[in-house]
Parts: sequence; structure tokens; C-alpha cells
Amino acid sequence: MMQQHLLTLLYLIASVTFIIGLKMLSHPASARKGNQVAALGMTLAIFGTIFLYEDAGMGIQNKGFIFVALAVGTVVGWMIAKKVKMTAMPEMVSLFNGMGGACAMLIALIEFNHLNHVAQQNPGTTFSESVPGGFYLAIVAGLIIGSVSFAGSIIAYLKLSGKQKDISFKGQHILNIAFLVLVVAGAVWCYNAGVQQAAMYFYGTLVISLLYGVFFVLPIGGADMPVVISLLNSFTGVAAATGGFMYDNKVMLTGGILVGAAGTLLTMLMCKAMNRSLLNVVIGSFGGNTTNGSAASGGAQHYKEISLSDTAMVMNYANKVMIVPGYGLAVAQAQHTCHELENLLIAKGVEVKYAIHPVAGRMPGHMNVLLAEADVPYDKLLEMEQANDEFKTCDVVLILGANDVVNPAAKTDPASPIYGMPILEVELAKTVIVNKRSMKPGYAGIENELFFQPKTSMLFGDAKKVLQELCNEVKQS
Amino acid sequence: MNELLSWITAHQQIIYIVVLMIFVGIEVIGRVPSVLHTPLMSGANAIHGVVIIGAIIVMGKAEHDNYAALILGFLAVVLGTLNVVGGFVVTDRMLEMFKKKGR
Repeated sequence: MMQQHLLTLLYLIASVTFIIGLKMLSHPASARKGNQVAALGMTLAIFGTIFLYEDAGMGIQNKGFIFVALAVGTVVGWMIAKKVKMTAMPEMVSLFNGMGGACAMLIALIEFNHLNHVAQQNPGTTFSESVPGGFYLAIVAGLIIGSVSFAGSIIAYLKLSGKQKDISFKGQHILNIAFLVLVVAGAVWCYNAGVQQAAMYFYGTLVISLLYGVFFVLPIGGADMPVVISLLNSFTGVAAATGGFMYDNKVMLTGGILVGAAGTLLTMLMCKAMNRSLLNVVIGSFGGNTTNGSAASGGAQHYKEISLSDTAMVMNYANKVMIVPGYGLAVAQAQHTCHELENLLIAKGVEVKYAIHPVAGRMPGHMNVLLAEADVPYDKLLEMEQANDEFKTCDVVLILGANDVVNPAAKTDPASPIYGMPILEVELAKTVIVNKRSMKPGYAGIENELFFQPKTSMLFGDAKKVLQELCNEVKQS
Repeated sequence: MNELLSWITAHQQIIYIVVLMIFVGIEVIGRVPSVLHTPLMSGANAIHGVVIIGAIIVMGKAEHDNYAALILGFLAVVLGTLNVVGGFVVTDRMLEMFKKKGR
């Protein structure tokens, strides 16, 4: 009995560390410690469970297997996490999230097999007669949410690491809705079915949930992936919480719901920063019908190009240069080269700062992580409001692979799909130089008027290559 | 209706925890600067790895001759550990870089 009380105490401590950990993660100074605090709580909860858990007088069996599994997971997880490049962070988070979802899914599967085994002993009855409703609900919810999260996260991982392209086809929404209806129907049918058929319906529900996860994420565009990952992250939280219901386990419940709630809010914050509704992201009606509007009038417009040496010259003689990094910089992994250019310019007496849009890159805050990796000092990174105050004092704004976050249509054109999205007001600066790979529109699929303005010059090419060459030019001049 | 009400009474502890945790989760995240969104997502990702506790319990209950449960349980523990360890280590790596700047 003593053990039980000790375990309860450990769970309580773990729950508190999760809350404190999340709270500390919200301040730059304490964030790292917060993460460690939560990790410590998790360790306590895991080993507490292994050694102290008791159900109807039975402790944890199969300890040997459990330790082997823990060791395998730790070594593999550690190695993957240590080896991954900083630019690959988003897909890594997605992958680990998928593992959690799969874990919840497997738990539900095993518990169902247990129930099914018991129910089989009364042939001719329905499944519901030998299974308490609340328990079944927790299992089936864990199965559905876990498998959607698992399948979705894996697709998100494959897409972000460039192994899978976006696929969208007509009638996709109808198919997805049909999947959802079938999933719920399958769960209900299983409960009301005879004990012989229950398993069939249950596995059917599993398969369709997995399919739903796949088809739910497949059509979503690359730049929307952070929102989806965040959403799937909160799904897995809820899936973990269903385990809390199953075993009346408070630490799973607190941890799961905490992440579920926080993840949902984070998802909405991200959507808000992009001025999109969650529904819009999920249904993805964005891509198809956006070529009207400002693009139609943009056909005849002209843009001017600037050469590398001219760019280097202009920046060399500027007093203040603002760099606006975006998706293109992340994709080209050009953060180190970018920092090198910054140092060269500073050595020439140019003031260099970075303007960071909240959703620049592949995840909110992603730019900060990348630039921090390249040793760019923290105080050089300006958030959107600060940056907007400073643009008018800048001689040159260098935009590296950002597009929609600097599109003035968000302010001026009510017909534009991104109208109302907060943007970096780069056109306030004296000169704007835009590095892009081509004139192709950004992920929102709309033209950017900025590129055609007289003070804007285009510098085409891969961000990393262009920056390297710029560095050489600046060195020579 | 009666059933539902009695179910709520029977599980009021759990329901209270769910409701309170929703508010705590929202409160705690609401003050996070956008700079920290990625590490935060990653940290939250590691925390829902708590699902591993369920995997351990399920594994700990499996009979020695129930190979299906043993294999699935083993997989579940491995995957849960990946989520926990990978999640915390990745988050730590991200935050380490913030730290280096002397902030």
C-alpha cells in the first residue's frame, strides 16, 4: 500500500513539473531549465510506474522487456535528436509526435484485444454487454486520435523532408468527410455489434482512421505544415489523456490535456499570425481560386534586376541594412553565410539588423532558432513591430526568400486573400533588394506588388549561393 | 439523462482535472513570445510522451504467453520512449542555442 501512496506522490510531482516546465519555457532566460524540469518529472513518473505500479495486487510484469524497450528507444531517440540539423527541426518534431500517436494507438489496440477476449466468452451477446461504456469510449478515442495523429505526422514528416509532394484532387473534402463519418460509425457499430463481429468493426475503424490521417495532411501546402504539426501535437496530447481515463492515471491525464489545450491555442496563434482561420488551413480552399485579384492586373508589370556587384556596392555604402529572412533562407540553409555577410558589413561600418516576421520560415520562431544557430546575437533580431518602426531609417532592405510576409497587398488590397495579415513594411526603406529563386508567387499563390515597385530590385538565385557570392563581392570592394 | 448525470458524478475528479488543465494549458502558453514558439511546441511534444506510462502499464499486465500483447506492448514502449527522449533532447538542443547568446 505504501508504494501506491509513493507513486501517487511521484505522479503529483510529475504533473507539477509539466506545468512549471511549460511556464518556464515561455521565458527565454528560463526556457532550457523548464525543459529539463519537465524531463526530470517525466523520468520520475516512468520509473515510479515501473517499480511502484500495482493493480489488484499485481505489480508490473515483463520488466526485462520494458527495460530493453526503454533502452532501445532512448539510444535511438537520442541519436536521431543529436544528429538532426537545425533546419530539419520541424520534421523532427513531427516525427516524434507521430511516435507518441502510434504509442497511444497501440495501447488502445492491446486493451481492445483484452476486452474482446473477455467478451468472446459469452457468445451470442453484444459487445456492449460485457464492456463498460466509458472504458470503451476512452479506448476507441485513443485509437482514433492516436492513429490520425500517427499517420498525419508521418505524412507531415515526409512532406517537410521533401520525400512526399502535396497531393490534392477533386472531391478530397467529400472523401475526408466520408472518412470521418465512417470512423465514428465504425466506433458505434463496434460497440453495438455481436461479440463475433466487434473486432472486425474495430480494425475497420483503425484502418479508416489511418487513411483519414494520410488524406487529411496530403493536400496541405508546405508553408501551412507548422499549423498542422501543432494541431497534430495537440491531438496526440488528447490521445495520451485517453490513457489517463483508461487507467485512472492522473499524470497521463494532466500531461495529455495540458498539451492538448496548449497545443490548440498555439495552433490558433499561428493561424492568427498568418491571418487565416484553422478551417481554412484544414480545408485548404486557399490554393485553388486565388489567381484572380491582383494577379490579373499584374501581367504587364515590369520588375528590374540587380547584379551581385551592384548589390554589394549598395550595401557597402549603406548606413543601415535590414535583412528579412524567410522560407527561402531556411530551405537553402543559408543562415551561416548570412551571418558571415552580416559580419563583413559590420566590419565596413554598416549597421545590420534582422527583421523577423512571426511566421517567417517553416514554423513560428524558426528563424530565431536558425539565426541563433549561426551565432547571430539575440539583440539584432527585431520582432515585427520594432522592425516596422525602423524600416524608414534603413537604406537597404535585403529580403532573403520571403514573399507573402512582405506583400503590401495585405494592407492595401481588400480583395487579396492575405488582406489583413500583419506584414513587414519594407517599402518604407530607401531601397529594397529581393532575393528569390524565380518570379514564382509565394505559397499563397498571389503576385507581390512589391516586386514591381520602382525602389525594388530583384536578385535571382539560391539564397546560399547568392549570399556566398555577395560575401566575396563585399570583401573585394 | 440520468445515466449521464450519474456518470459525471462518478467521474467528477477526472472531469475537474480536464477542465482545470485546459485553463492552465491556455494560461501558460498565452504569454509565450513568438520567438519561443518552436521550442515550446517541441517541449509540449515531449510532454505528451507521458503516454509511455500507459504503454508500460499495458506491457506490465500482458500475460507471458500472449505474444501479440507482448510484441505490441514492446513496440508501444519503444515508440513512447522515442517521443519522450527525442522530444526533450531536441528541445534542449534548440534552447541551448538561445542560451549561448548570454541572454
